[in-house]
Amino acid sequence: MNDFIWIFVSALLVNNFTLSYFLGLCPFLGVSQRLDTAFRLGLANIFVMIITALCSYALNQWVLPFAPYLRLISFIIVIASAVQFVEMAMKKLSPDLFRKLGIFLPLITTNCAILGLALFSTNKGYGFWEGLVYALGAGGGVTLALVLMAGIREETRLLNIPKLVEGTALNLIIAGILSMAFMGFAGLFST
Amino acid sequence: MKSQESISKNSEEFLKGIWRENPVFVAVLGMCPALAVTNSAINGLAMGLATTFVLFFSSTLVSLFRSFIPKQVRITTFIVIIATFVTVVDMLLAAWVPDIHKELGAFIALIVVNCLILGRQEAFSSKNPVGYSMLDALGMSIGFTIALLSIGVIREILGNGSLFNIDLFGQNFEPWIIMILPPGGFLVLGFLLLCFNRVLNKKSS
Amino acid sequence: MATANNILPTQAPEPGSFRLIFSLGTAGFFSGLLLVVVFLYTSPLIEENQKKALQTAIFKVLPDCASFELFVKGPSGLERSISTDEKGVFAGYDKNGTFIGFAIPAEESGFQDIIKVLYGYDPESERIIGFEVLESKETPGLGDKIFKDEEFTEAFRSLVVQPIIEAVKKGKKSRENQVETITGATISSKAVINMLNNSLSEWESSIDGYLETNTEPTR
Repeated sequence: MNDFIWIFVSALLVNNFTLSYFLGLCPFLGVSQRLDTAFRLGLANIFVMIITALCSYALNQWVLPFAPYLRLISFIIVIASAVQFVEMAMKKLSPDLFRKLGIFLPLITTNCAILGLALFSTNKGYGFWEGLVYALGAGGGVTLALVLMAGIREETRLLNIPKLVEGTALNLIIAGILSMAFMGFAGLFST
Repeated sequence: MKSQESISKNSEEFLKGIWRENPVFVAVLGMCPALAVTNSAINGLAMGLATTFVLFFSSTLVSLFRSFIPKQVRITTFIVIIATFVTVVDMLLAAWVPDIHKELGAFIALIVVNCLILGRQEAFSSKNPVGYSMLDALGMSIGFTIALLSIGVIREILGNGSLFNIDLFGQNFEPWIIMILPPGGFLVLGFLLLCFNRVLNKKSS
Repeated sequence: MATANNILPTQAPEPGSFRLIFSLGTAGFFSGLLLVVVFLYTSPLIEENQKKALQTAIFKVLPDCASFELFVKGPSGLERSISTDEKGVFAGYDKNGTFIGFAIPAEESGFQDIIKVLYGYDPESERIIGFEVLESKETPGLGDKIFKDEEFTEAFRSLVVQPIIEAVKKGKKSRENQVETITGATISSKAVINMLNNSLSEWESSIDGYLETNTEPTR
């Protein structure tokens, strides 16, 4: 049980995917103007990550021991098709949910955070439940980073910012400071 | 085809990636590898070269077969081609330079999702002849490598007091450790973008 | 450049599904072919590299070691293992084939992420005789002192492990089973010491049991 908590907190805070592994930066910098959009994108991320954890577990268990060199290709293609499949199912079964999350799904299926999750949990040798907890933690971490960033950016819109700094440069510096703050979580769960 | 015009078009396709459309500093693509592995100059260079390999061969192939690939499945085909070359470069690095492979870790595999590579296939190689595509790929990857190398150089000098593992300042230098940690990546790229904005603004005004 | 003019993208209005599958299949076939060729070429080299890295690490933690073999926990205590993939300990022998000690891999969550180490253990004198960090993402300049700080690593050249290894502040070492933690990297140093204690208690009984039945393991 303790292990699960550690995996979760480690992925959520200490080794946050966005702020310490730099994964999923495109949406982090691109889709973080508004708080509610950022939050929904984060939820969609968690959703895709759970699918990813299931797919990568199945692949690692039954396919890849025979052909390790197909790891990358099969991860990408299987994850992308699984997400597309779920997207179609979601459109049919719950149009409301689809309107809220569905538009983000194509955007994140080939995102580095998703592939990164599959690769990292394979490298760490996680089993089924560990992989699932890791996916939840990582997705939560990405959501947290997105929401924090969007919150700060909403505030900066009212400020008088020099034209030179506006845009990506400013966002990167904000992200740097956020990342520094997250470093404070290191050592949270050790002896 | 040896006219003045084609030569200038050639050099234009090559040079735009290095400066005017630099993938990192201007188009802000491929941020993930640009920040994650650039805690030292050598890692930045290795990542740049690995990306160069993948981009060059993918662009060449995509451009060669651009008329055979049906539009509906083009993205999937591009990804298969890119993922193949990334796996190749991953295995070659593990075989030839295990130390660097260990340092870069999973980030080599993540070259697949570098938007720069898929972006060039979609925007350029799938529409242009092989020669131009090769030049475009080379220019873009050199621009990318230069960007990664410069971030790596700055972070290594400030954060470790060394360059390519050679000590620069001796004992008295107190390294600015935050620079080789994740926040340093964000901050250095942020300030580099500022400098780039400044230079580009001056030129245009 | 000759191809530039005569190839026009064939704009077929709606290619049949056969053509879609055919072109994807062709791409997949050639990519698979290329991957298998490169895999066959690189996999012996990669295996060689891994073996060399393991060997260097074992030789470092067991001084004078010349050869080693893998032991795993079996139903009746320690057993020699033929495969190299299993989790176990390495028995090291010097060049005359005399047993020196065990090289034991261990891991524990540190300040940032998992720390993986390999250490040499001499069951006869109940001492740790060598220590090497295999993998760590500890903060550069602070936590990475667990393998860069010489005073700290020196302590593991000869360290009594009974009853347990204790962590003490710098300059407070009074007994042979104590290690001085690094200033500024207390958590990381304690993580290392905890890891050694846990790993020793995991392997101790099976190692002792094995040594009782085979008084002098030789090659």
